[in-house]
Parts: sequence; C-alpha cells; structure tokens
Amino acid sequence: MNTSKDNTLRTLSIGLILVLIFGFVATDWLRFLVQMSLATFLVVLGVMLQMRAGLVSFGQGLFYCLGAYVAGMAGYFWGITDVFLLLLAGTAACLLLSVVLGFLLVRYRGIFYANFSLALSMILYGLLVKAEILGSTDGFNVPHSTFLGFAPEGETLKITIFVLTSVIVYLVAVVLHRYLSSTYGYMGDAIRQNELRVEYLGASVRSLIHKVYVIAAAISGIGGVLTAISVGHVDPDLAYWTTSGEFVFVALLSGTANVIAPIVGTFLLELLRTYAFEYAPYTWQMILGVTMLLVILFLPGGIWSIGAERRTEN
Amino acid sequence: MTKLLAILIDGSIYAAWVFLMGLGMTLIYGVMKILNIAHGSLYALGAYMSVSLIGFYYATGSFPPMLGYAMLPLAAIAVGLIAGLLIERGVLRFMYGRDEVVMLLVTYSIFLILEDAAKLIWGVDPYFAYQPYGLLGTVEILDLIYPVYDFLLIAISLCCAVFVWWGLNKTRVGKLLIAVIHDREMSMAFGINVKLFFTVTFVIGAAFGALGGAVTAPKVSVVPGLGVEVIVLAFAVVVIGGLGSIEGAMIGSAIVGIVRAAAVHILPEVELFVIYGVMALVLAFKPHGLFAGPEVRKI
Repeated sequence: MNTSKDNTLRTLSIGLILVLIFGFVATDWLRFLVQMSLATFLVVLGVMLQMRAGLVSFGQGLFYCLGAYVAGMAGYFWGITDVFLLLLAGTAACLLLSVVLGFLLVRYRGIFYANFSLALSMILYGLLVKAEILGSTDGFNVPHSTFLGFAPEGETLKITIFVLTSVIVYLVAVVLHRYLSSTYGYMGDAIRQNELRVEYLGASVRSLIHKVYVIAAAISGIGGVLTAISVGHVDPDLAYWTTSGEFVFVALLSGTANVIAPIVGTFLLELLRTYAFEYAPYTWQMILGVTMLLVILFLPGGIWSIGAERRTEN
Repeated sequence: MTKLLAILIDGSIYAAWVFLMGLGMTLIYGVMKILNIAHGSLYALGAYMSVSLIGFYYATGSFPPMLGYAMLPLAAIAVGLIAGLLIERGVLRFMYGRDEVVMLLVTYSIFLILEDAAKLIWGVDPYFAYQPYGLLGTVEILDLIYPVYDFLLIAISLCCAVFVWWGLNKTRVGKLLIAVIHDREMSMAFGINVKLFFTVTFVIGAAFGALGGAVTAPKVSVVPGLGVEVIVLAFAVVVIGGLGSIEGAMIGSAIVGIVRAAAVHILPEVELFVIYGVMALVLAFKPHGLFAGPEVRKI
C-alpha cells in the first residue's frame, strides 16, 4: 500500500519536471495542447472525485464556466489582471456556490444527481447566452494576465502561463492525492459500495458528499480560471451539457483509481480532437462513443485498470 | 388580452412539440429504467428521414400533395424500427441489469455515435422540406396569425397521448406492460416475455422521438447538432413530470410550454433559463418529479 502511494507522488514530480522541460522546447501549438489538457484535467479530477463516491455529474461545466467567467469578468470589468487574484476570485466563487447548492444536491443519487447537476449547469448557460453585457453566445476576450506586477508580453507571457498552469495543476494533484489516501478519501469509495454501512459506521453520508461536491467544484473552478487565462476568451459553451459530458467521458475512460489516470485521458482526448478536425471530422465523436462503450463493457475500471494488478504486486 | 392568448397558443404548440419528445423518453424509462440520452439523436434522425422522404415525394410531382403528410409518420416508423432495433438488439441488451447511471453513460455513447452517423449519411449541409408547412395556409385568431400546421402538431401530439393511454389501460398488452413496469421478475415468473416487451417498448419510444423530429423538420432547416438541444428539453419535461409517468410528461410539457411562451412574450432575456429554472425548482422540492409515485423498496 505504502509503496504505491509514494510512487504516485514521485511520478507526479517527475511528470512536472518533464512537462516543464517540454514546455520550453515544444512548438507553440503542442505546448498549448498540453496546457489545455492540464487545465481541463482539473475539471476531470472533479468529476472523478464524485465518481469515486458513485455520483455522476453531468454538469461539472457549471463550475468550469463559473471559474472562467469570474476570472474573465474581473479582468474585463474591473481591470484585475493578476493571475493569483483571478485564481482566488474564481475559486472563491465556486466554493461559495457549491456550498449553497451542496445542501440541495446531497439528497440525490444516481440519475437524479446527474439530472440535477445538468439542470444547474444549463441554468448558467441559459443566463449567459442571454446576457448581452457579457457578449451573449460569443462570450468576450479576457485581457492579458500579469503575475504579481510582472507583465510579460508575447512569447514570455505564453511560457509564464504554461509554467504557472503546470505548477498549479501539480500542486492540486498532490493535494488531491493526499486527500484520496486519507480516511475521507476512502470513505468516498465506501459510499459508492454501500451507503447504509457508512451511516451505520457512524459517518454522515450527506456531509461527506457535500464535502466531495465542494472540493470538486473548487478544483473545477481553478481549471476554469486557467482555461480562461490560457485561451484568452470565454463563452457560454463552457457550461453546455456536452462540455460536461466530455469530462464524464474522460473520467470514465481513464478510471478513478488514481489522480494520474485522467491526465493521460485528457491529453489523448485533446490530441484526438486536434487531429480529428483534419483527418476524421465526421467520425471522431463516433470513435469516442465506440471507445466509451468498449470501456463500459470490458474495462469497468478504465484504462488505468490495465496492469493495475501487476503494479500492486510490485 | 392578445398577449395572454398568444402565450396560451404559443405555449400549447411548444408543449405539444416537447411532449412528443418526453413521451418516448418517459415510456422507455418507465419500462426499462433507462434514461435515454440518445433520444435526441433519434429526434435528429427522424428529422433527417422526414426531409429525405418529403423531398423525394414532392420531387416526383405526380402524387397528390396532401398525401405528403403520410411521410411524417412513415419517417418516424422507419427510424424507430431501424435505429431502435439496432440500438436495443445491438447494444442495450448486453447491458441490462446494470446500474441506471451506467445505462445513462451507455446511451451517452450511443448519442455520440448516432450524431456522427447522421453526418455520415446526410452530410453536413442543411436540408429543407417546407412543403407540408406551407400547404395548410394560415389562420387568424384575434389579429394573431398562425400557420395551421402548428395546430396539426397539437393534434398529432394529442393523438399520441390518447393512443398511449388507450394502449396501456385498455388493451391486454398494455396491462401486461404495466405488470412488467411494476415488477420485472414477477412478470417473468408468470410467463411474460419481458425481453420482447423491452424490445417493443424501445422501438415504440424511439419512434415517438423520431416523430418529434419528423414533424419539426418542415418548420426548420435540418442541420447537424439538431438533437443536442432537444435532449435537455426532453429531460426537463420528464424530470418535472416525474420519470416514467405519462401523465407527468403531459403536465411537464404543459408547464414547460406555457412558462417558455410567457418568458418569450414578457421577458425574452430569460427564455432559456426559465425552463431549467423550473426543472431545478421541481427537483429541489419534489426530487422524483410531480407525478412519480413513491418508490417501493424491494428486498
């Protein structure tokens, strides 16, 4: 047990170093691809966290979009461009909303949880689409970011954002890994397996799910802020249900056993999406669908479960 | 006064439209416990099939124009049979007995597959089939001009509702189906061919979804992504009414229709938002919808 835990942290650290080196040598578009994967990876982590407790959220886009919009609006309306302030604002907004909504959502399981989360994200979508001051369906551009007074331009700006994204994602992944290997983390698993037993053991399922929901929302919010900064543009599609569906897809494909699992899945999806426009514009969703069916049928634990037995033996 | 009437009529038309979607969805959920995300794709396929058939029918020019309406149910039945059977026999039957959430994900992947299947078959250019829409002319009610076709939509929707109600409550097959809904294992023990019921229900439900698309096709341009939006509306309808309840789907679509029409006429900014707002509100206070009975816990 202990060895595998140490492995994850080590892998994450090596991964961070590799990604940073990669960022300095890779071409522009490849670096951007990795950066976007890292940002959305955080949202997938949020979905995965809920999945571990047996809850499928078809509306994680709510917090992804909220984080992105709060960051964008802070820059657009109030001229706040400091990345750390934006991160703080985006996360705080998601925390606040999720704490409130959590009181409603903890009463739901299964498809009702999926439905309710979907409805909530669609409410945000519906609001944003009609909000002319925020550019309606087109969204708006996010001003260039600054870093504690440091205001780089051009290539330096891109590299700085890349480094920042990698480091933040690394930190979140490490913290989340610690959480998952804590008592609370394991209790999520227990809820999925048998809720009643958890209650009889003296833990409150509702407060646990509430916690999971809030943590997932905060992480997704950070992902949203990073996306807004990276892309430099936000639009309501971030909250649309198909966006949330993609997060569910990646979480399911990768498996929920380890925080590292979804990063590979996210990167593969981004890569597939990039190439799909060129080589398979009309079949790439079909490829996703077939892959998902195969995973559900033959690999319930996701791609991560391949070789999992061998790893535990080591 | 005129505004109120407009809200009522627009609301009814919209309600009739979403009811067709919700009906198939709630039927499939009630019997099979599958919340079918792919229902939106069936809607899109129905729309495509109907434009193709209508286009073919009027292109020949030698048939009576009024009979062109027969193409709408024909398209729905064709899609229901082909796509419905393919989905149920090809995929779903291997998944029965799994968790409802897993089934949700399964239908999500079917949705992804069908989205591209439609693109492969019909391409990405928009299609039009305006003939049935224009053929009936318009009607004037208190200064408000409406196409008669919209009222035909309401009639079709009502017919479907009556048909399903009659089928469920007045026929032998319907009563057997209700038995299956209430207790799958017990009905199997009594010799009901539950698997056959599943297949037939899915095909009928799929056909209703396709019919929704087929009757909408003459009103819009049929383009890829048509079903993506519809699916969440249908969700809203069945969730408000209560999953698996036909009466619920009726009430749900009436609420959605009127609320949306009211929003469009009074406060257009909230048009999209109110539908999901109502859905969230109902979920918050009646988690299982307005009409779903209490769930019996079985050992």
